[in-house]
This record gives sequence, structure tokens and C-alpha cells, in this order.
Amino acid sequence: MKHVRTIIDKEWSEVFKNRWVISTMTLLPMLFVAMPLVMLYMTTSSLPVDLPAESAGLPAGFTEVCAGLTAGECTQIYLLNQFMLLFMLMPLMIPTTIAAYSIVGEKTTRSLEPLLATPITTVELLAGKGLAAVIPGVLISYAAFGIFVIGSLLLGLSTAVINYILSPIWLLGILVLGPILSVIATIVAIYISSRVSDPRVAEQLSGMVIIPLMLVMFAVLAGKLVININFMLIAIVICALLAFGMLRLGTVIFDRENILTKWK
Amino acid sequence: MIKTKNISKVFLIGKKQEKELRAVDDLTLEVMKGEVFGFLGPNGAGKTTTVRILTGLIRPTEGTAQVAGYELGRDDTNIRRNVGILTEAPGMYERLTAEKNLTIFANLYDVPDVQKAVNKYLSMMGLWERRLDSVGSYSKGMRQKLALARALIHEPQILFLDEPTSGLDPEASKTVRDFIEELKSEGRTIFMTTHNLDEAERLCDRVGIFQQKLLTLDSPSNLRDQMFGRRVVFHLQTMEPAWVDLVAGIAGAGNVEVVDNKLVVSLKNPEESNPVIIRALVTAGAQVQFVGVIRHSLEQIYLEMVGSGDRGQA
Ligand SMILES: Nc1ncnc2c1ncn2[C@@H]1O[C@H](COP(=O)(O)OP(=O)(O)OP(=O)(O)O)[C@@H](O)[C@H]1O
Ligand SMILES: [Mg+2]
Repeated sequence: MKHVRTIIDKEWSEVFKNRWVISTMTLLPMLFVAMPLVMLYMTTSSLPVDLPAESAGLPAGFTEVCAGLTAGECTQIYLLNQFMLLFMLMPLMIPTTIAAYSIVGEKTTRSLEPLLATPITTVELLAGKGLAAVIPGVLISYAAFGIFVIGSLLLGLSTAVINYILSPIWLLGILVLGPILSVIATIVAIYISSRVSDPRVAEQLSGMVIIPLMLVMFAVLAGKLVININFMLIAIVICALLAFGMLRLGTVIFDRENILTKWK
Repeated sequence: MIKTKNISKVFLIGKKQEKELRAVDDLTLEVMKGEVFGFLGPNGAGKTTTVRILTGLIRPTEGTAQVAGYELGRDDTNIRRNVGILTEAPGMYERLTAEKNLTIFANLYDVPDVQKAVNKYLSMMGLWERRLDSVGSYSKGMRQKLALARALIHEPQILFLDEPTSGLDPEASKTVRDFIEELKSEGRTIFMTTHNLDEAERLCDRVGIFQQKLLTLDSPSNLRDQMFGRRVVFHLQTMEPAWVDLVAGIAGAGNVEVVDNKLVVSLKNPEESNPVIIRALVTAGAQVQFVGVIRHSLEQIYLEMVGSGDRGQA
């Protein structure tokens, strides 16, 4: 455990010395929190509140979510349903910026060889590098969600909308699926980082982990998909299995000699 | 301390990894406890590759080795604990301070009292004043000292130094050399590669000249004797051709050359032959002014070996 802590401490000491990294890690989440809040603020003041939900003209699959709500509330919930994916984006993007650099960065500065010569085990090394990326991703997305909840309380939204924000779908998504996505993104980024010889390539390739999420986002925007509790539970199970499999595979294929000597 | 048996390393190179490159071929050697061993060879000879194999960073394609009493490939973590390595291009965490860099490695090596060890090596290397500066601001010499400190922080029994003085100015090189002497006097085993033959001659108990294969291995002075015999110069006031035959006829004398007023004689055992030769020369009427021994530098030996070595790569 001490080795893992040492690696995490080392990664953070380096990463957080870099102001640019800190700003990308904080600005984006702030934007992602501000956008839905602004949207909620604007829709609260402009939408008619007394019409029944069916009159809001929302996709068919969605209206059942709104049973008993007003059209205004239902529209807000519909929009929130889409913004939720922004909160899923954070635990994907923040770890990749750290993890993509983690191995190839040490290759280019030639510090990888002395590091691999220490008695640290491969699993400890990967765990340290991985946690150093996952933890900030999870913490920042939790914090962003916390700020979002406080913000929406301050906006004085209707109880139905607040209840929706604090419903199991959101809580599962942010608190459970978010960290799982962080783990997946981190494993992908570390794997790429150990294979390429240029940090920029590592960063760009790793950035592609958001593509599947983007597809989901488009499907939601196009009204083809509604994120309900079933969808969330299935996503959690699939992603958890995926993360677990990747972890197992990663520790098997990750090999000191290869990452030290293979320069593609 | 280090014992290798028929170690070979084949790299697969080329776009499709279709070509084989034999970097190390059938290396068998033994380095004793407390010995400073110099591993010499031209660029691309496979020295760094050998160091990487023996520190458990890469696996040999064939062969076995024991390092610090542990079997390579089976007990690598224990080998890593007992071995320090100064890599050929020792990278540091540039944004972090020297102190932080050492602290990280002290922790990774499970050093019991981290702060004490870090302070000890910072002051030993003369980096104490600059310990809180980020390593990015360090000169090459300071980096090399810090890298040495990093290699030593866990007090390893065996130290691998890959070109410890390359790129350093004469003064910094001397500091590093003195330091190696000191480590030697502490009884540590040192395996070093270098291109500085003068340095190897001064520091090393034994040297191996290596180019893909081990070409020769012995103490610098034995290598000299083996390759060139020992040659003695007799400075005479005048020279008579008859004296050449006279000396050549003496038991133990090999080749005799005449250079100006000097007789250059190859001798197996100068301690025994010199008095006999001098007596014979004096009896024959020669005036012996000086007697001296010709020393070949390690460089001459090296150039001879490497020049004749098989340069072809598989
Ligand atoms: N990772 C690698 N992949 C492919 N070939 C390699 C690799 N590492 C080393 N080689 C090859 O192995 C041979 C020996 O290299 P090595 O670095 O061990 O030489 P060296 O004796 O340390 O040379 P120098 O004095 O220049 O440092 C070279 O031909 C080199 O190209
Ligand atoms: Mg080398």
C-alpha cells in the first residue's frame, strides 16, 4: 500500500504543479454545472406551469415519467435527462488527462527505467497510476453534482423537479456509474500510454473513450433513448463487468520489459 | 555476487518485428563481492542491454543468472531490493525538488528512515543547498549526482553504473570517481560500464571487454601482460649489433628490437631476466644508462581487441 500511495503522491505532485491541468480540470466541470442551472433558471420563469404534461409534446417514451406533472415540470425533467450525460462526461474526461500521460510521460523524461528498477510490483505501479487518475475524476464529478444540487435548491424549483434530480437514476448514475466509467477510461488511457511513444498521441487517442458516451447522448437528443432506471441499471452492470475484465486483462498483459523497450 | 551463465538477448526489430538482433551473445561471467568490475565495449556492444538484464528490467532470451544470491527471473523483486542502478540516461521528475525525487525513491525502496537517508545523500552529494529547487533547474553534473544518490538511497550491496561519468566535466568526473572509490572501500560490488579507459584502469579490479560476446576478462595489468608480454628498454650509451644477439640468446628473452641506442626486449619475467641481461651487457662492454619498462595503456589493449573483434551483427 505504501508503494501505491507513493506513486499517487508523486503523480499528484507533478500534475498539480501544472496550472493548465488544474484549469482544464476545474473549468469544464464548472461549465457543465452552469449549463443545466442556467437552463433550469430560464425555463422556470418562461414555461407555462398549469398545463398537463401531455401537452408539452415530448417523445412518447418519456411521457410516462411525467405522469401527474405539469408541462413545465415535465419539460425541465426532459432537459435534465439530457444534461445528465454531461455529468457522466466528467468522470471520463478528467482521468484521461492524467492517465494518458502517466506512462509515456515517464518514457519521454527517461524516468521510467529507474522507476521500474525499484521493487514496486507491476500491480502496485498500475494501481498507483490508476488511482491517481480515478480519484480526482470521481471527486470532481461528485463535487460538481453537489454544487448542482445546491444550485437547483437555490433556484426554488418545484418539488417534483428536485425529487427527479435526487432520484435513484441520478444518484446511481453519478455515484455508481460515474466511478465505473472513470475506471474504464483510466485503464484505456494507461494502456494507450504504455503503447505509444508520444504524449500527444496518447492524449488524443485516450480522448476517444468519450465516443460511446457521445453516441448515447445523440440517441437521447434524437429522442430515440430515454434514460430510465432500467437503462441505468443495465449500464452499470455492463460497465462494471467491462471494468473488471479490463483490470484482469491489464495486469496480465502489462509487462515491464515491453513498456520499457517497445517504442512504436 | 553476480554470476551469469550463457546469457543471450535477441531483440526483434524492423517494422513487423521480423528481424533478429542479437545484442548479447552467450555471456558467462562472475563478479565477486567487493569488486569493481568494468564492462567495456564500443557503442552498441550490448552493455546497457546487459545491465538491464542483470537488474531484472528485461528478460534474457537464453541463459540464467544469479544476482545478490537470487535467481534472475524467479526472484526479481529481491534482486531489485539489493541492487542500485544508475541508468544510462537517468531521468528525474523535473517539476519536483531534489528532495522530493529522493523521497519518492526512498519510499519505493522501503528505506526505514526516509528523511534521514534523503538528508544524508543530499549532503553527501553536495546538493543540500539546492535541495528545494526543482530538478528542472539543475545542471547535468548536479543531475548525475542526484541520480547517484537515487541509486544508493537504499544502501544496495550491488551497484550498476551505466556510464557514470559520461558528459561530465573533468572536475565532476573526478568527484564521481572518488565517490566510486569510496563505495569500493565500503565493500560494495560495482558493475560499471564506461568509455573512459583511463577511468576503467584506475577504478576497476577487473575489466571485461565486450562486443556482443565477452572478448576478454581480467585485471588491467594481467591483460597488458597477456597481450603484449612485458617489454623492457635498455638505454645504452652506444649500440653494437653483436649485443642484440647476445641479449636474444638469454633464457626468457623474446623478441629484441633496436631503436636508436635502445634495446627493447620482450620478457616473460623481467624480475629474473633483467639482472642477467644487465650483467651480460656490462661484461660485453656496454654502458647501461637506464632500464625502464614499457607500459601499454588499456586503450591499446582495447583497440586491439575491439578492432579484431567480430563486428558483424546477426
Ligand atoms: N529495445 C530495443 N529494441 C531493439 N534493439 C535494441 C533495444 N535496445 C537495444 N537494442 C540494440 O541492442 C544493441 C546493443 O545496445 P546497447 O544499448 O546495449 O549498447 P551499449 O553497449 O550500451 O552502447 P552504448 O555504448 O552506445 O551505450 C544495439 O544494436 C541496439 O540497437
Ligand atoms: Mg549503453
